[in-house]
Amino acid sequence: MQIELHNVHKTYTGAQPLHVLKGIDLSIDKGEFVSIMGASGSGKSTLLNILGILDKYDEGEYLIDGKLIRDLSEAQAAEYRNRLIGFIFQSFNLISFKNAVENVELPLFYQGVPRRQRHEQAMAMLERVGLTDWAEHYPNEMSGGQKQRVAIARALVTYPKIILADEPTGALDSRTSAEVMELLAHINEKYGATLIIVTHESGVANYTNRIIHINDGVIGSIDDNREHKSSVFGSRTIMK
Amino acid sequence: MVDLFLEIWLSIRRNKMRTALTGVAVSWGIFMIIVLLGAGNGLMNAVGNNLSDVQTNTMMVGGGWTSKPYDGLQSGRRIVLDDHDVMTVAGPAFSANVDEVTATTSQSGTVSYRDNHFSGSLSGVYPSYCTMEGIRMVSGRFLNPNDLQESRKVAVISTRNVRNLFDTEDYEWCIGKRIRVGNVSFRVIGVYRVDDSNMSSDVYVPFTTLKTIFGKGKEIDELVFSFHGLSTEEDNEQFEKHLKAVINSAHRADPEDERALWIWNRFTDEMQLNNAVRILDIALWIIGLFTLMSGIVGVSNIMLVTVKERTHEFGIRKAIGASPRSIRRLIITESVLITAIFGYIGMILGMFACMYLDATVAEHAMEVMGEKLYMMKDPTVGMDVAMEATLLLIVAGTLAGLAPARRAAAVLPIEALRAD
Repeated sequence: MQIELHNVHKTYTGAQPLHVLKGIDLSIDKGEFVSIMGASGSGKSTLLNILGILDKYDEGEYLIDGKLIRDLSEAQAAEYRNRLIGFIFQSFNLISFKNAVENVELPLFYQGVPRRQRHEQAMAMLERVGLTDWAEHYPNEMSGGQKQRVAIARALVTYPKIILADEPTGALDSRTSAEVMELLAHINEKYGATLIIVTHESGVANYTNRIIHINDGVIGSIDDNREHKSSVFGSRTIMK
Repeated sequence: MVDLFLEIWLSIRRNKMRTALTGVAVSWGIFMIIVLLGAGNGLMNAVGNNLSDVQTNTMMVGGGWTSKPYDGLQSGRRIVLDDHDVMTVAGPAFSANVDEVTATTSQSGTVSYRDNHFSGSLSGVYPSYCTMEGIRMVSGRFLNPNDLQESRKVAVISTRNVRNLFDTEDYEWCIGKRIRVGNVSFRVIGVYRVDDSNMSSDVYVPFTTLKTIFGKGKEIDELVFSFHGLSTEEDNEQFEKHLKAVINSAHRADPEDERALWIWNRFTDEMQLNNAVRILDIALWIIGLFTLMSGIVGVSNIMLVTVKERTHEFGIRKAIGASPRSIRRLIITESVLITAIFGYIGMILGMFACMYLDATVAEHAMEVMGEKLYMMKDPTVGMDVAMEATLLLIVAGTLAGLAPARRAAAVLPIEALRAD
């Protein structure tokens, strides 16, 4: 098992403490393509943040490749995120004053890759997502789909073992959503990176091979979706 | 490194106006420091100008009036130093500190050459008086040991004396001319420079000559000696006390009597002057630093605003693997860079201002009774101050960036990403 969670709890402290995750047990294999589905407030984003070492959990265990991820210093967490994990966000989260290729280069910059090599790798990755001609364009000159493809290139450029996507199609129309999902499915197939997608859209979830339903802080059911038949609208379609 | 500067350049470029306005405050601070220190240096140079050539480890001792009754004698008695005191000071009692002992004696009179004359004062001195007092010769030579030994009738006169007596500024021409004091004739052997701010311009003749001609007997005016090994004010005080006690006793005055002798210690004088200079220097630095501080607070403030605006960006950076350290470095470098660039602009402007001062205020001397008085002399700052200011700017920039950097590094990626 590449990713293992044992009885993970998370409570947001505040005036009204909020118990968001109430004992999550989950294992995800290397190279899997899974989605985490749930209504808003179900704790799916919190779970993704914990998986991405962006947030801490209070109780239980989280292991990546058998290594316990817990009580890391900020610097260590940053290192793990940089080396192990690629992020894709709903709102793309590109840096506005950097052009496409500079955005893609950024994770390599934090790995200390030399400039020229960085640029080459970033360009190669942009080519794979079909944006070679857009390399010098700034985020505000690109469409949502193009921005998300830049973000995907950025997540992939370090060849991480795990790619986490938080509502990757949330800000895209149905046609572009389908394109992005095709691209992600292709990446999963071709590079064998573990791909975990958080979504509330069944059409998006239907692209994945396993659907984890999370409900009120606990895992409700896990569906095998290798047939891609979970969506009532049929496979490979996303209804908005 | 290139990447770091590129990042910073991008950040600064996005906030040109804001950065410039903040930078002006820093420029102003450094400008003030440079101008203040430059002007301060100018003032000190003007004051210290005349003292610069004087050998500072000399002491002058003269007779005063007793202020205490002692040994059956009443107070208010005049003490006159004599040859015996010279021997005492040169003797074993003070040999640990005293190097060379000389004496002076003086006589006022009318000095004349043909129809020109002036009333002045003749000083009988030793050859070493020249170095002790920092007398600068223009032509000819100062008195030498032979002049003293043979009581030659030779004189060293000042440039002003030359103008008065010979109506000329040719200081070579007057060497060898004979001038008269009373009915004694002296041969001019040298001319020394008197600065425009020097009030006195004595005619120097050999000590022995003056003593013989004017029948001074054993009496002398002043005892002048150089010394060594007295480095602190306490040492000097101790030494002076001892000296007073010994000489007082020789003149039947209370050894504790402070007024029986006066001592002019050039070394402690210089030390006090140096202290004054240092205090002025410190005061100027403090004023400048406070001015600079407002600039630094400005930079810090602007950086905080920038960091707040960039919260989201830092969140992204951290999510994709930026360590807190790399973010801190980014902010601090930006802060140092802004401070340094604008600081250097201020420094260069400040140096120009100093040059302007040099060309205007410092060039013009006030004429007071025919004497030139300089307000300022060479009001500039040296390389050392420039280096100190550079160091200061780097430290200041770092300080200014510290709080913003800490805030930027503390950005939680989840918070930052949620803020969108």
